[in-house]
Amino acid sequence: MLDFNRNHFELFGLRPAFRLNRSEIDRAYREIQTEIHPDRFAHAGEAEQRLAMQWTARVNEAYATLREPFERARYLLELNGVQAMDARNTAMPADFLMQQMAWRERLEQAKAQADIASLQGLDQEVRAQADALERELAELIDERHDYAQAAETLRKYRFVDKLLAEVEAAYDEIEG
Amino acid sequence: MALLQIAEPGQSTAPHEHRLAVGIDLGTTNSLVATVRNGIAVVLNDEHGRSLLPSVVRYRPDGSVQVGYEAQAQASLDPHNTIISVKRFMGRGIKDLPDVATLPYHFVDAPGMVQIKTAAGVKSPVEVSAEILRALKRRAEAALGGELIGAVITVPAYFDDAQRQATKDAARLAGLNVLRLLNEPTAAAIAYGLDNAAEGIYAVYDLGGGTFDFSILRLTKGVFEVMATSGDSALGGDDFDRRIYCWILEQAGLHAVTDHDKALLLAKAREAKEMLSEQPAVRITAVLSSGELIDLTLTEDTFNAMTESLVTKTLQPCRKALRDAGLKPADIKGVVMVGGSTRIPRIQAAVGEFFGQTPLNNLDPDKVVALGAAMQANVLAGNKGQDDWLLLDVVPLSLGIETMGGLVEKIIPRNSTIPLARAQEFTTFKDGQTAMMIHVVQGERELVSDCRSLARFELRGIPPMVAGAARVRVTFQVDADGLLSVTARELSTGVEAHIEVKPSYGLTDEEIARMLQDSYAHASEDMAARNLAEARVDGQRLLEATRSALATDGEALLSAEERAVIESLVAALERALAGDDLKAIKQATDALNQGTVEFAARRMDASVKRALTGHRLEEIDV
Repeated sequence: MLDFNRNHFELFGLRPAFRLNRSEIDRAYREIQTEIHPDRFAHAGEAEQRLAMQWTARVNEAYATLREPFERARYLLELNGVQAMDARNTAMPADFLMQQMAWRERLEQAKAQADIASLQGLDQEVRAQADALERELAELIDERHDYAQAAETLRKYRFVDKLLAEVEAAYDEIEG
Repeated sequence: MALLQIAEPGQSTAPHEHRLAVGIDLGTTNSLVATVRNGIAVVLNDEHGRSLLPSVVRYRPDGSVQVGYEAQAQASLDPHNTIISVKRFMGRGIKDLPDVATLPYHFVDAPGMVQIKTAAGVKSPVEVSAEILRALKRRAEAALGGELIGAVITVPAYFDDAQRQATKDAARLAGLNVLRLLNEPTAAAIAYGLDNAAEGIYAVYDLGGGTFDFSILRLTKGVFEVMATSGDSALGGDDFDRRIYCWILEQAGLHAVTDHDKALLLAKAREAKEMLSEQPAVRITAVLSSGELIDLTLTEDTFNAMTESLVTKTLQPCRKALRDAGLKPADIKGVVMVGGSTRIPRIQAAVGEFFGQTPLNNLDPDKVVALGAAMQANVLAGNKGQDDWLLLDVVPLSLGIETMGGLVEKIIPRNSTIPLARAQEFTTFKDGQTAMMIHVVQGERELVSDCRSLARFELRGIPPMVAGAARVRVTFQVDADGLLSVTARELSTGVEAHIEVKPSYGLTDEEIARMLQDSYAHASEDMAARNLAEARVDGQRLLEATRSALATDGEALLSAEERAVIESLVAALERALAGDDLKAIKQATDALNQGTVEFAARRMDASVKRALTGHRLEEIDV
């Protein structure tokens, strides 16, 4: 029987690693969808349609996890027994937090003044830090297998990721 | 060269080889129906050779109904009973309609969705839309010479769950088997992409009569993948008409006009807008009911100036979708223009400017959605097309539930690929709490009050525990039509309370049945005949599906005994279908459905294995 509990990487036939080529994930996703999507079973019996639906939902879930760096890292750590987002782990280096606060102030200012140029400047800086953290995650998870350390980096990444989402929302707000 | 076959009128074209299925573009202003004939998608015309059906329904005191051009011709004479642009009211409450005061209808506020008081009684927008669909169904069955097995009906991508559910209910009411609700820009992308063998990232700019959609799709080797979608479900060509209408009032110094004059001037405004796409200036003349003469000249420049803010408003969703997809305008390989309103030259220019390229206009913007829907209907009906393609669409707006303090916890973010299921756990707030209110909302904002409320239901029977000890898992499921269902379950004690909701604005099966009865009072069809016909279609479909599954995989996946069991169920259903006993047909259909569950699971398993094997082989190549 089908094993719904197969992990996302196994499901996609991929090596469990943080450093994954996005086009590889996309290709695996498209190949599986081509076989199991409900549209392929539109004229099949009820049972097959229901299964196709369940499988597609499962594959979409896996894809959403694997393609986002944050979700992928969290999932990898979970597979290795580390709950990175555990509410008890909230300690952060002071200088990192100072930087976050400074960025947030700039975000509020850009929003208040509807200043797209300064928002774009902030966007680039934050994105650079996100990229740096992604490289750090790749090294910690894929090479050094230091999952505890990776969890700390991931918590930082979460801050930056959230800030990026707020920057996006600010564009919406300014542009109406 | 083989000669094309033409069936005798009134006779089905080879019923076992080609299943009759159509695509329907249920538009705000106009609707169309299309099908795939001899491998080519074509729009089906009415008996006068007209492809469009104005989305106008008129109710008369004797209960009879006019639809389309007939109804449109009476709009200014009978404005209260002639419903125009009903799509704007689908799944909407009275407070959602910004322009209630300017509309000539007698609205009745009903829970969930407005209703309209007409000469033939109170009608819900679902019933009005069903009349349009029924007219298209009749047109299609007359043209194709047989009963339809189903239809793909398009909806604006930005339609929320309430609007989608209302559309599906309208189709059920019209006696159509809905193969799929398909997003309009996605339908357009299918028609365009298959026609042009397109690969890469394309955008669809779809400005209809009452809705605006913007979608970004990636086309790769026959897979149409929606990357992001955005829009405004209350912005369209109608708004351009209204700007002209207001300008006429202002220029003519009119303050209050009768409903008759309003309908007349709106029609004139629309005519002027359409003519301005061809010429630099247009003369608008009309005689009002008071005898007053209106004679004005509207230039393109004046028109552009008064509608500039509307054009600009369409670019915001474009920017949002690009950001959601992580793309820049330059990443877009082509912008497909859809909807009659995109004929407006200023819109063409604005879109061209924004994307730095000339928009694509090589398919008729009025027909492209219906054609794409017909292609998808053909595939879903099981007619093998030459091209094998797959659609991966998304949910347009985030879905979540209300948590403490009136805040929204998003469970499914916008632009998630459907179908999908996602669960999240919640807990109790007070000691001994035994029930929990689950309030389902849709929208992007953080406060519940700023989002659309879809449904409320209570989960009862939670065992009394200290606050925070209960574990309630709420599961959201969105099907391939983009429709949501929600279940909640208490996990911590093993006691399961379980409820399925259909959002509150959705019609119950009883309501649908009542409306069907009402509509049959004016039609020759009767309910029992309809039920039998439907059961027969379902049974026949299952029979064919099972036979084809047995032929392909019976040998490999079933033992001789297992196969014999299924074959005996097949034979039983065949016998039932030969008779007229509704109950027997339903029972035999259910029995075959039950009896093939395990076989279905094995077939799915084989499909997944096939996908993985294919993939691993490629992996080795790398």
